[in-house]
Amino acid sequence: MKTSMMALIGAAALAAATPALADDAKIGVLLGFTGPLESLAPDIASGAELAISEVSESGKLLDGTTVTAVRGDSTCIDAGAATAAAERLITSDGVAGIVGAMCSGATTAALQNAALPNGVVMISPSATSPALSTVEDNGLFFRTAPSDARQGEIIADMLTERGIKEVALTYTNNDYGKGLADAIAGAVEKAGGTITINAPHEDGKGDYSAEVAALAAAGGEMLVVAGYLDQGGKGIIQASLDSGAFDTFLLPDGMVGEALVDAIGPDLDGSFGVMPGTDSNGAEIFAKLIEAAGSKPGVYAPEAYDAAALIMLAMQAAGSTDPAEYKTKIMDVANAPGEEIMPGDLAKALEILAGGGDVDYVGASSVELIGPGESAGNFREIEIKDGKIETVQYR
Amino acid sequence: MDGLLNALVVLANFALVPGIAYGSQLALGALGVTLVFGVLRFSNFAHGETMSFGAMIAIFVTWILQANGVSIDPLPTALLALPVAILVTVGVVLLTDRFVYRFYRHKRSDQVIFIIVSIGVMFVMAGLIRFLIGPNDQIFTDGERFLISARDFRDLTGLREGLAIKTTQVITVVAAVVCCVLLFLFLTRTRTGKSMRAYADNEDLATLSGIDAGRVVLIAWTLSATLAVIAGTLYGLDKSYKPFVFQEILLPIFAAAIVGGLGSPVGAIVGGYLIAFAEVLLTYAYKRFLGHMLPDAWMPDGLAQLLGTEYKFAVAFVILVITLLIRPAGIFNRRSG
Repeated sequence: MKTSMMALIGAAALAAATPALADDAKIGVLLGFTGPLESLAPDIASGAELAISEVSESGKLLDGTTVTAVRGDSTCIDAGAATAAAERLITSDGVAGIVGAMCSGATTAALQNAALPNGVVMISPSATSPALSTVEDNGLFFRTAPSDARQGEIIADMLTERGIKEVALTYTNNDYGKGLADAIAGAVEKAGGTITINAPHEDGKGDYSAEVAALAAAGGEMLVVAGYLDQGGKGIIQASLDSGAFDTFLLPDGMVGEALVDAIGPDLDGSFGVMPGTDSNGAEIFAKLIEAAGSKPGVYAPEAYDAAALIMLAMQAAGSTDPAEYKTKIMDVANAPGEEIMPGDLAKALEILAGGGDVDYVGASSVELIGPGESAGNFREIEIKDGKIETVQYR
Repeated sequence: MDGLLNALVVLANFALVPGIAYGSQLALGALGVTLVFGVLRFSNFAHGETMSFGAMIAIFVTWILQANGVSIDPLPTALLALPVAILVTVGVVLLTDRFVYRFYRHKRSDQVIFIIVSIGVMFVMAGLIRFLIGPNDQIFTDGERFLISARDFRDLTGLREGLAIKTTQVITVVAAVVCCVLLFLFLTRTRTGKSMRAYADNEDLATLSGIDAGRVVLIAWTLSATLAVIAGTLYGLDKSYKPFVFQEILLPIFAAAIVGGLGSPVGAIVGGYLIAFAEVLLTYAYKRFLGHMLPDAWMPDGLAQLLGTEYKFAVAFVILVITLLIRPAGIFNRRSG
């Protein structure tokens, strides 16, 4: 009697944990709503939720399955919190796929401790650590953001083109910062340049004069700050300008944002940087759509839209919301051959797939998945002129 | 000769000037901690949040002043806001004492209970601050940013190295000196100050001699809160105001107070500068400094840095541990630990 009761309870728990199949599918939006990048998270979430509501309202996914987004807070630096949030999304909310996580450290933790054991697909819109290219994932992990190895090469190109040979480099002391710094250092040295110092800094400090003193002692024509714009990265730039250590800065993706320009002011003029971006009209269409939805096209918001769209298109192609079945379809819908799909055309894509056709999802960020399921990457080179972020070119 | 001057300027710009400003900030904070410890005999962990609270009020008042066009250019407007911030914060701290600490004082609770209570107060204040001003960075510095900027200094002296001195650094040091002098005059010259010291030395004897314990406690809180507001606002002016930072700065402040000797005002000041300079000088990379002094052939290949800057906080704690092992009561404490 007792054992059969136990079995019953176990079966009930299992049933509750399985994603609801026919009528309603849930997609987790696991982002760092609190923590060092909390200022970027809301825009990224709106990107993913825009795609989800577009598909849900069309009523064309798997014969009228509706899709709802469930938010979870991965933080950015707390692996325990990221794991707990992912675990909650999977076991309690029963999500069929996750858009996230946001930072590389949180993503690795959520993937290895929650998504992998439970067999749920994760597509990160913003985790860029090169380490994630080689992580064990059973074909469950993808990203619509490019690896930082690519960003490192682009930064090296930008320096070479500007004739800058010697730079100092500082990075935020976590997976993202270390990965990006190593990628930049490797690429710059391969291009014949010199990294005078490659030193970490901690986020959330009040005072960065000691860090800047060490960077200044090493010298260099400019300072590469692989950090966060509302954390230590800003403190380093402020302290460098105050002490006259460096005048110009190279800003990788975590550092480009209006908030930094507003905080530092005219002294930042002449600094340049790089952020994900594309000149394909997918980005423009997306910007119009997201503005109509009452949000704004922030950094990594297009990638989030694409991540959510890929999950749902793959579900349609596989004819199932079960991650084990649709995970193999993600690469198919993302790449050629097939009809090119722009943002806002998700209903059309669902129809084509339902009719047994093939799609090549381009989306808001010109998605092209390569190798272990990551974006090849499109970057926007920017320069700060008169307190404005201006586009120099697309790479 | 030029080499030596350049070397000194580079050391001053990157180590000495920031060290003095940081030391003054720590000293002001440690003075507040040590005053409360001397009179009330517990380590007040809520002190960091009191600093943060005071700075927050100063920011609110600064915004009101700025909106009304009041300014004391070239000095930052926040200095005008200080008196209001001090009044409000002292009020809040006295209310906290009335409704929280007094209860435990009358029960004659153990020191450990007081410490835990102060940690509770810390969390309540931290929540209140985030509720009122939010967790983000607030920049409220205005007025002239530099007394002399690195570029001006180079143009003026013709040296290759620049020396930047920020207005806020000068204000910090001046304010710290003024506060210390006033505090010492108060403690040594006035009747109230003497009664405070008597109470700190021996609570029972002082009470028997007719010193009003309630009044001494009141004054200790008032002074501690005043120092906290000044320290917090100056720190916010010099860096930028961010609530999270004040939890972090609590650690070096306690290290400074303990190294100097808890309960000793002189110790708090010496401890503040000791911790600040140890952190700065041990993690400084001397490559550029040596570059100006030594002939090229003698130049070291590396950065000539003793410790990476990521070990900055470790320095404060190593000093703390050594002090506790060798001289547990601190450098300037007459009472044994």
